[in-house]
Formats: sequence, structure tokens, C-alpha cells
Amino acid sequence: MTEPKLTARNVDVYYGEKKAIDNVSIAIDNGIVTAFIGPSGCGKSTFLRSLNRMNDTIAGARVTGEILLDGEDIYGPDMDPVALRARVGMVFQKPNPFPKSIYENIAYGPRIHGLAQGKAQMDEIVESSLVKAGLWDEVKDRLSDPGTALSGGQQQRLCIARAIAVSPEVILMDEPCSALDPIATARIEELIDELKNTYAIVIVTHSMQQAARVSQRTAFFHLGHLVEYGETSQLFTTPREDRTKDYITGRYG
Amino acid sequence: MILTGILLAVLGLGLIGWFVGRGRARLLYHGRGSMHSMPPYHGWHVALWIVVPALLVWAAWSAIQPGLVEGALMADPVAAALPADTMHRSAILAEAHVLASDPGASVFDTEAQELAVPLRALQVRFGVIGALLVAIVAFAGGAYALTRVKARFEARTQVERAVMGVLLFASLVAILTTFGIVASLVFEAGVFFRQVSPIAFLTGTHWSPGNAIGTDIDGNFGAVPLFWGTIYIGAIIAMLVAIPLGLMSAIYLTQYASRSLRKWLKPILEILAGIPTVVYGYFAALTVAPLVRNFAATLGMENPSTESALAAGLVMGVMIIPFVSSMADDALAAVPRSMSDGSLALGATRSETIKKVLLPAALPGIVAGVMLAISRAIGETMIVVMAAGAAARLSANPFASMTTVTFQIVQMLTGDQEFNSPKTLSAFALGLILFLVTLVLNIIALRVVKRFREAYE
Repeated sequence: MTEPKLTARNVDVYYGEKKAIDNVSIAIDNGIVTAFIGPSGCGKSTFLRSLNRMNDTIAGARVTGEILLDGEDIYGPDMDPVALRARVGMVFQKPNPFPKSIYENIAYGPRIHGLAQGKAQMDEIVESSLVKAGLWDEVKDRLSDPGTALSGGQQQRLCIARAIAVSPEVILMDEPCSALDPIATARIEELIDELKNTYAIVIVTHSMQQAARVSQRTAFFHLGHLVEYGETSQLFTTPREDRTKDYITGRYG
Repeated sequence: MILTGILLAVLGLGLIGWFVGRGRARLLYHGRGSMHSMPPYHGWHVALWIVVPALLVWAAWSAIQPGLVEGALMADPVAAALPADTMHRSAILAEAHVLASDPGASVFDTEAQELAVPLRALQVRFGVIGALLVAIVAFAGGAYALTRVKARFEARTQVERAVMGVLLFASLVAILTTFGIVASLVFEAGVFFRQVSPIAFLTGTHWSPGNAIGTDIDGNFGAVPLFWGTIYIGAIIAMLVAIPLGLMSAIYLTQYASRSLRKWLKPILEILAGIPTVVYGYFAALTVAPLVRNFAATLGMENPSTESALAAGLVMGVMIIPFVSSMADDALAAVPRSMSDGSLALGATRSETIKKVLLPAALPGIVAGVMLAISRAIGETMIVVMAAGAAARLSANPFASMTTVTFQIVQMLTGDQEFNSPKTLSAFALGLILFLVTLVLNIIALRVVKRFREAYE
């Protein structure tokens, strides 16, 4: 039994006075895709954003409890949130490429963290990131075009490549396909499946089908609580909780 | 005087018409659905028919009445004795007008005394004619509108249309005034350029309109030192102050300040924009200028002047800070949050995110803001009048006194001089150049802003 990549213990998240996450404990393993599902406003995105301390950027947000990355408390006094976010990358709901060239979009992170010595190494990082994100063949001849000129699905893969470029250990994805058409979605799902061998992946999704297709483990959130967490195949066929059953059979949410 | 009374009377009639119209309509009202429009709309309809045509006639009459009075006065035997010399003649007429409205006034020409009596009588006569005309139109309009008070009549639609007309008129007033100002600028500048060669004006480097007599006229109207002073003070020194400070304060306010601090700081910054420019002017002249002069003296300059481009430019820069800051604030706020989130999520610090993502993305908006700020700065007058000096000098020394386009316009138009002299007219030529430059800056800036907005929508 290997140690889990991320462990949350008794985590509460508040926005001002409002409690958005109530006492969530969960262990997320390496080498698999973990999906967070649940109705809108259930707190799944909030919880995801507390895993790389993106909630710090929201005024009034507060996290209590313990979240460990490889056994190290990410809210501990020794943890630099900026360094943490280089280890725990994030892909957002809406593709958000910077208004720069495709090349510069990828090179941005490595340059900040000093990952490349010289142009040749940077070229290598850019190429390998784009290859891993399955975008290289489509853009290799126009790396200097603006990232915003790509299609929605390509933009999202560019954002994934950008996250990969800083060699994170975990990639958090916040509904990465909700702004994409079915074909682009299928392409991203394939990509997620390939990436799980290298990174621990956590994906928040609205679509239960997507969770069933891409994830090995699924966590069901409802009203700020973690209702049920287990193997995806088990959760969708024989849920233990009535609320889970109601949700996956479409009775609410 | 009579015409003013008429104005009030028309408004009074309109009020009465409102009540009468509404009262009539009320008689027709028998519950929901019995009328197309509710009684107050009929009241408005009647009132509008009384007031609007009457006011149009009143305005037209006010415009033509002085001409009619003048024409009739010339037919009077007393006027036949007036001297033929135009200047003398108009002086006497002007005095007669003063006497007609104020019989106690003392005047110079005795002819004016004689003219005042028939003039007064004529004014009263034409005033009464005008009043009658207005009254007829008002009553006719009111009567016509009253005949239309019927259950099926769409008074509400008519009033709606009238409201639109009023709003249209209001917006036209501003636009037409602008055109009028531009037209007068172009016209007077045209007169100036018939006397002074435009090329000498735009390229000459010697400015001393006081010496411009006879054949030497072109050589003394070289406006380049004024343009240079304007650019040096408004677009260089002031911007060196305003751009960094304004930009940094915008970054601090949008990116770092807590909500409660922002709530305090922003209004204070906006107060800075509300200080009258004349106050900035004496701040520049009395506080900053001596400091600048002392500083120049410690640098070893001999006999530095109290008035300096630096003093005016520094204070102008401070004045423009809120302007740059609020434009930059808007530009930064228009960059979607997802941009900075994307950068932060890659492990960039806040200042790296600002420098590498936010500022480049907001750059077009910031550039546009700076252009608008420049166009404000070069049109600014009070500060340079009080602190920059009157000497037209082509110099890069910030401690030298320098003059600007706006300062020279003030100089040319104050004091007593002949209106048709090239010296006075040069103010219009300078005004026209200033107007064109700020117009171009504004157009470019607004275009940039528009394109920038589209990029994120």
C-alpha cells in the first residue's frame, strides 16, 4: 500500500461567514484519475481550489483542517503557496490562454521557474509539453501565432500543455470540457487518460458520463459534504448512499 | 422685457391647458378600457400643443425683432441726420439702445438722445406685435388639441413621440454648439492665415507678435517654440510624473489593496481630480516654482528664473495622475480574472503575473488612457499661465521659463487690442491647431479602447 499523493483531513472551507465545505476527508492516489461530481454549488470546485491554495486569491476565503501533499501540510507555515502551485497545476473551466504566442504560452511557466538553460532547452520543453498534450502536430508550424487564435478545444489543450510544462505532480481540472463541443471533449478525455500515468489527476465535472468514462475513483459532493467516495465502477452501479443513488439516476441536480 | 413676460405667460397657458385637457378627458372616462389614453396624457397633449408652437414663434420673433426695429428706425426722419461714417454711426446707435432701455444713462452724443425716443416707441410696438402673434399661436394650438380629446385618440403615443423629440433636441444642442465653435475657429483662423503664411506659422521658430508690423509679419509668427513648450510641459514632463505614478497606483488599487482600503483610497484620488485647475496653478506658482528655482540654484545655475517648465510640468503631472490611474484601473479590470488565475496557477507570484500577463493584456487600454491624458494636459491653461512663463523659447532645459499654446491664446485675447489684428487672430489659429491635435489623440485613443474591449467580449 503506497502513501496517497494528496490527503485531506477534516477540511472546512469558508467564504466569509458562509461554510462552503464541511468536514471533508479524502485520499487521492497517484496514477489514477479522481473525479469530483455533484450538483452546482455543492462545493466540488471550492474543494478543488483549496488543493493548490487558489482560494487564497479570493478575499475572505479561509481553509481549516489539514491537506497533505506527500505527507507535507500545504497550509503549513513552511509551505510557499507560489511554489506549491508549481507542483499542483490547474486547468480551468474556460480555456484561458495568455494573449501571447503559442510558444510563449508554454514557455511562460518554465521561464518563471528557471527550468531551461538557453533557447535549445526551452524549445525542448515547449515541444515535449505540446506533444504530451497532443497538440504538437497541429501547431508545430505556427508556434508564433497567438494562442487565442486556436479553436476552443485546442486552447484547452494548450492550457494543459502549459500546466505540464512546469512538471507538476498533480493536475487539477475544473470542468475542463464544459465550454467545448463533443469532439473536442472526446479529445481531452483521451488526453486525460494518457496523462494519468504521469500525474495524479483530479477532475471536477458536471457530467456523470464523463466521470464514468475517464475516472477510476469518484467522489460525490452534496451541499458541502463529501457524501460518498469509491471506485467509479462501484459508485455508479451500486452506490452505498441513497443521495448518491438519487443523483446518478437523475432524480435531482 | 416684453418678450420675457410672454415666455412666462405661455408657460402659464400651458399649465391651464394641461388642466383643461385633462378635465375634458375625464368626462369621457368610464372605467378601464373606455379610453385609449388616460386623462393626464390628454392634458400633456394639449399643453404641448400650446407651448411648443408658441415657443417656436417666440424664438423666431426674438431673432428678427431687432432687425425690424432697426429697419423702421432708419425710416424715421431723425435717423436721416445720422453721419455717414460707419463707426460713428454705430456708436450713436449703440448709445441710443442704452438710452432706450435706461433713460437715466448718460451718453456722449446728442443725436442719441433724439433717436432714443422713437427707438423706444418702436421697440414697444414690435414687442406688442410679437406678443399678439405668440398668443394667437398658443390659443390656436390649444384649441386644435382640445378638439382632438376623444376616447379613441392616441394621446399617449403622441406624448411619447414628443418626449423623444425633446430628447433629440437636447442632444442636438450639444452637437450643434460643437459645430458652431469649430466653424468659428476655422473661420477666424482662415482670416489669420490670409495675413500670415501658414508655412511660416507652422515652421518658424521666432515668436513675437508684438513686433509683427509691415513686411516683417511672417517672421514674428513662428509658432514652433509654443508647440515645443506645450509638448515639453504637457506631454513630456507631466507624463513622466503621471504615467508611472498613475499606473502604479492603479496596480496597487486593483491588485493589492484590500477592499476596505480601496474604498477609502479611490475617492481620495478622485478628489484630486476635482481640485479646480486654478488652485493647482497657484500651488505651482507659489510653492513648487520657488522650490524648483532653489534646486536649480544649488545645481549651480546662474540666476534661475522663478517660472519654469519643470514647475508647471510637475504640477500638471500630479493633476493628471487620477486621470491616468482611473483609465489604467479600467483597463486592468477589463482583463478577465481567468488570465491572472492561469498565471497564478502556474506558480507565478502576483508581481510576475502583473508584469508578464496583466500589463501586456491591458496595454492597449493603458496607452489609450495616456493619450487622453496627454490631450488634457496640452489643453490645460491655468497652471502654465501661472507657472510656465511668457517667453517663447526653444530649449530642452527644464529650468528655463517656457510658454505654451494655451498661454499665448490667453495673452492674445486679453487686454485691449484691435480684434482684426493678426496678433489677436493668431489665438484662433493656435486654438485650431490645439483642437486638431487633441481631436486626433482622442479619436485614436477611443478606437484603441474599443478594439481592446472587443478582444475580451
